[in-house]
Amino acid sequence: MADEIALLSTWPSMFGMRVRVALAEKGLKYEYREEDLRNKSPLLLLMNPVHKKIPVLIHNGKPISESMIIVEYIDEVWNHKSPLLPTDPFQRAQARFWADYVDKKLYDTAKKIIWSTKGEEQETGKKEFIECLKLLEGELGDDPYFGGENFGFVDVSLVTFSCWFHTFESYGNFSIETECPKLVAWTKRCLEKESVSSSLADPHKIHDFASGVRKRLGIE
Amino acid sequence: MGEEVKLIGSIQSLFSFRIEWALKLKGVEYEYIKEDVRNKSPLIFKYNPVHKKVPVLVHGGKPLPESLVILEYIDETWKDCPLLPEDPYERAMARFWAKYCDEKIWQAYMAEGEEKEKAMGPALESLAFLEKEIKGKKFFGGEKIGFLDLAVGWIPHWLNVLEEVGSMKLLDAEKFPSLHEWAENFIQIPPVKECIPPREELVSYFHSALIYLRSLSANKP
Repeated sequence: MADEIALLSTWPSMFGMRVRVALAEKGLKYEYREEDLRNKSPLLLLMNPVHKKIPVLIHNGKPISESMIIVEYIDEVWNHKSPLLPTDPFQRAQARFWADYVDKKLYDTAKKIIWSTKGEEQETGKKEFIECLKLLEGELGDDPYFGGENFGFVDVSLVTFSCWFHTFESYGNFSIETECPKLVAWTKRCLEKESVSSSLADPHKIHDFASGVRKRLGIE
Repeated sequence: MGEEVKLIGSIQSLFSFRIEWALKLKGVEYEYIKEDVRNKSPLIFKYNPVHKKVPVLVHGGKPLPESLVILEYIDETWKDCPLLPEDPYERAMARFWAKYCDEKIWQAYMAEGEEKEKAMGPALESLAFLEKEIKGKKFFGGEKIGFLDLAVGWIPHWLNVLEEVGSMKLLDAEKFPSLHEWAENFIQIPPVKECIPPREELVSYFHSALIYLRSLSANKP
């Protein structure tokens, strides 16, 4: 039986992009459905009645939510190629820990940079964001990827933020490359992979999108 | 396996207990190092420099924080008494609900006034899901305890403490009869029963923790 895979997401979502990267790594064909978050489709509300959020992966009619849980599911079901998690339990735990760190810390600090006006909140957000990136840069060390020699779970969790970097830099008035050169080099390395370059949104389009949201929020 | 296992935990941390239960269920020998979360020792800063919290599992000298991450590690390392189901979809569901319940019930406990009203919805939703899942089963894992049982195993003893301190009522025996029954069964399991902390101590701790946590939120810009 052929697998039926559908992904409900929105094009600027760094979380949705994670799933696209994972699906591309595994060479999987799927139906992509763009959601309008201000007018959620009946399918989204049916498939994710709990959170009503994207991304949602629907595999043979069964929905899964939460981007890194979806990525792990994809890795377990389609384990024939491009393993994203290592086999050693301790390394797997490390990978889950750092992906969890990206989820817990990075998004919330980044939000303060772009969805608030200049001031204390934005400065705090910027400072915390840079601290998080530096910690992650330290964790990367001299390896080509967070997964070591191979692109892996933590790489997926973080690389999708990179198309938002230009937007963070522009509104926060700082340069991520100056602060974290090794991390930016890592993002360029990842972008050489077809699975990443075909899944990430254009940074300038993201900037236009963010600008539109800021206008609606009355902060631009 | 032969390598030393240590668990740095605290009776104040409901997240520590799920690790103790997992280790006991799997028959893993471990040394318990007691921390006071209000007066953290250098050990916490050494083994969990990122989050500075308990629990931390130290296996053969290698530290691992974050309780749900630790649970999966324990399940993968010690194969007796498997916790996560075999089917990938069911595994994804167990992971989702463990994470969701952790977040939503905690948010309800911390919230005040109007925020609390809003937070109660998702918290109750978690309980409604758990009620549906547990109907007709002894444990979430079936006949035996599984990942989700351990992840929400704090509900039987801790939830009514959080309810009292957080001024909220969530686990109504009439609304959630199956979940209530599961809670009664869960508390009786030997590894769980062995390490239940005294209720008064928990009430006192969570009361002061709530004041502290809310003051942190109030001071945020």
